[in-house]
Amino acid sequence: MDLDDTPEQAAHRTKVRAWLEEHKSEAPVLQGPGALTDEDEIIAARRAWQGKLAEAGLAGVTWPKEYGGQGLGPIEQVICNQEIARARVPGILDAIGVGMLGPTLIAHGTEEQKGRYLGAMLHGDEVWCQLFSEPAAGSDLAAVQARARQQDDGSWRLTGQKVWTTNAQFSAYGLLLARTDIDAHKHKGLTMFLVPMDAPGVTVRGLRQISGEAEFNEVFFDDVALDADAVVGGVGNGWGTALTTLMFERVTIGLGGEGLGFNSARFAQAIAADPHASRDPEVRRQLGEIAADLLAVRFTGYRTLTELQRGQIPGPEAGLAKVTIVNGAIHAGELIADVQGPDALGEDSEWAYMISFLPGLKSAGGTEEILRNTIGERVLGLPPEPRLDKGIPFSELRAKEAAKA
Amino acid sequence: MNLALSDEQVFLREAARGALSRFKTLEAARDALDTQGGTPHGGGQAGGKGELPDLWPTACEAGWPGLLVDDAHGGADLDAFDAMLVLGECGRVLAGVALLGHLPATAILSESAAPAAAALLPALASGEQRAAYLPACPPNDVFDSWCVDPLHGSERPAPPVASAASEGHVTVSGTYAFVPDAPGADVLVGVALLDTPQGTPHGGGQAGSKPVGVAIKAGGEGVSVEAIRRYDATRSLGHVTLNEARGVLLDTPVDSLAAAWHLAQALLAAESIGAVETALDMSVAYAKERHTFGRAIGSYQAVKHSLTEVLRQQENGRSLLYYAGWARRGAPGEFALAAAAARSVAGHALDTAARTMISVHGGIGATWEHDAPLYFRRAQLSRRLLGGTGAATDRVAGELLTQAAQAAQAA
Repeated sequence: MDLDDTPEQAAHRTKVRAWLEEHKSEAPVLQGPGALTDEDEIIAARRAWQGKLAEAGLAGVTWPKEYGGQGLGPIEQVICNQEIARARVPGILDAIGVGMLGPTLIAHGTEEQKGRYLGAMLHGDEVWCQLFSEPAAGSDLAAVQARARQQDDGSWRLTGQKVWTTNAQFSAYGLLLARTDIDAHKHKGLTMFLVPMDAPGVTVRGLRQISGEAEFNEVFFDDVALDADAVVGGVGNGWGTALTTLMFERVTIGLGGEGLGFNSARFAQAIAADPHASRDPEVRRQLGEIAADLLAVRFTGYRTLTELQRGQIPGPEAGLAKVTIVNGAIHAGELIADVQGPDALGEDSEWAYMISFLPGLKSAGGTEEILRNTIGERVLGLPPEPRLDKGIPFSELRAKEAAKA
Repeated sequence: MNLALSDEQVFLREAARGALSRFKTLEAARDALDTQGGTPHGGGQAGGKGELPDLWPTACEAGWPGLLVDDAHGGADLDAFDAMLVLGECGRVLAGVALLGHLPATAILSESAAPAAAALLPALASGEQRAAYLPACPPNDVFDSWCVDPLHGSERPAPPVASAASEGHVTVSGTYAFVPDAPGADVLVGVALLDTPQGTPHGGGQAGSKPVGVAIKAGGEGVSVEAIRRYDATRSLGHVTLNEARGVLLDTPVDSLAAAWHLAQALLAAESIGAVETALDMSVAYAKERHTFGRAIGSYQAVKHSLTEVLRQQENGRSLLYYAGWARRGAPGEFALAAAAARSVAGHALDTAARTMISVHGGIGATWEHDAPLYFRRAQLSRRLLGGTGAATDRVAGELLTQAAQAAQAA
């Protein structure tokens, strides 16, 4: 057991650090004096910066070399992420594409698809979004209703709605889970598609949240035409393909949980700025509890990394780290607002933004309740909740739901 | 970066599990409560059955007493994480092995420059003699003085005072309360405040005193060890009262004296997480087999969610054991933070696990015959020893606030 770099890892780190030292002046400035303010300029600058990071081998580190990656392990990617954070420059813009959707294409895509899309994705030339969740299909993702119907010539027509879509407003493509056979069982009639976001019939609308800002979008598809070769992983195999994406989502969360900025040092700084609060036993007790949990999650991430390095796939228990992070950050927001008073809720306060952002984040990637069910069943081996949707054609299931409502 | 256990560590853990499985530790724990009047409100049978098994010979056979002692002095030259693996196994079966007292004492002696310390080590490494650590809590960012656990109440007194005697020796007077594994120990090793007329600028102690390491023969004149039993019969405790007791002045750096406290916190955290594992395993097994309203109770969300909450706290605790186990040598500046965080999370996890275990079992979980009350008793006492989990939680805050203030100054 050792948390230090091996000599090879240390050499990798030195190389990455040297490149960042030389090129960090080219990174877009997003905070503080001289920060970019125009949304389009920010996106353009971050895409260009992603291209430089990819060119230098700091992005897509675990991707195979033939698709522009480095063919290295997860540790080397984490070293790059750590050094990027240390240099105080932004990371890649398309973390969802490079971290989750690209690896899904690598696992399930055709050679033509990989050759056409992966390079442009990695370099930020084409940003991708994940079109999985729907208003009535979130934690129960296999309940998606977006409908793709195959035409006589083999092409498809797609109609439906997706929601909670990060980056959709500037994405070139999306990976979309649709129902292609309504008479098959719930998990069987699904197919994964890649969808050009500029296709006629696609409408992206910002979804404003508690903060007033639109961190997500809703996306509408009105009889959108898709080519026959837009299918990823085969017709009817959409659920298996989606599970691959969700596995990479867990890996991404497991390796980068603290990247959200919910870490013990940042919260301690907010309390330390108030000398009176710093000596208040009740404030200290709460800070100590929050910080201990968040420190634990950092080391849970290292455990996940160790498993990945040994060729093991992290299980759903990595999701418990998300529960700890989100609830720890909610608790921290409460504590900081108690200490700072109404100032914490001021318009420009970073804490007001965090406090507003967290209630929704609690359900991101699946609600805490469903996550605890899944972990109880898959990790602890507890008997499943009785289900009423197994072995029934999706069309019948919908008819039953409609009759009850 | 690699948090996997080495083959040797897996072997150490499996060997510990095997060695302890030869004893019926849980039955003995219950019997000992009956025998030794561990039931403050009655309920035990006077003149009951058993004694706790003596696990020290097993510990000696396995080489545990010398885990933290170097080769040259007859030890295994291993580190905190290895010792924590063994404590975890002890915790799983509530085995009372006197390592919580012994190991921090050997750590202090190992970092002492006094020849007398080196002379003590071989017999302690083999287990021929047993040491107990006299715990003293190092200062934090709010209270700049050392303190010890009180006999009663919440006010924490300063450690006993050492006065210079002949060259390399001191006489020590004062009390250490609730010292783990003190009854039956041969040597007492810990922190006292050296009475110096003008004080020292770098000692970190109060004016006129400086924290020093001392080693005292338990059978010597002026040494009284009163065996104390509180609530959990598996936990051997003693009040140590010194009245001008003669001891060796250990030339140990103040940082090492503080690190012994942090080590004790980390060991107790590891022991607690071991107990959590068993409590969770037993709760899950019962939730699978017990049926109500026609289905296993583990299929109900309310039960499932409370058990995943135990799992969440257990895994957080386990992650911090890695941090603490690595930090003692890998990042000594973070050892206080890591050990305090581990203690804080593990103490809370054990309380949650024990209470959940009782709830999942329903009424039977609260009966004398069941094992759940033994884990519950372990949880309640453990959280109040060695400063208590509250002090550990406060130290997490203190360490981070100090770091934050330093970062703000540097910026």
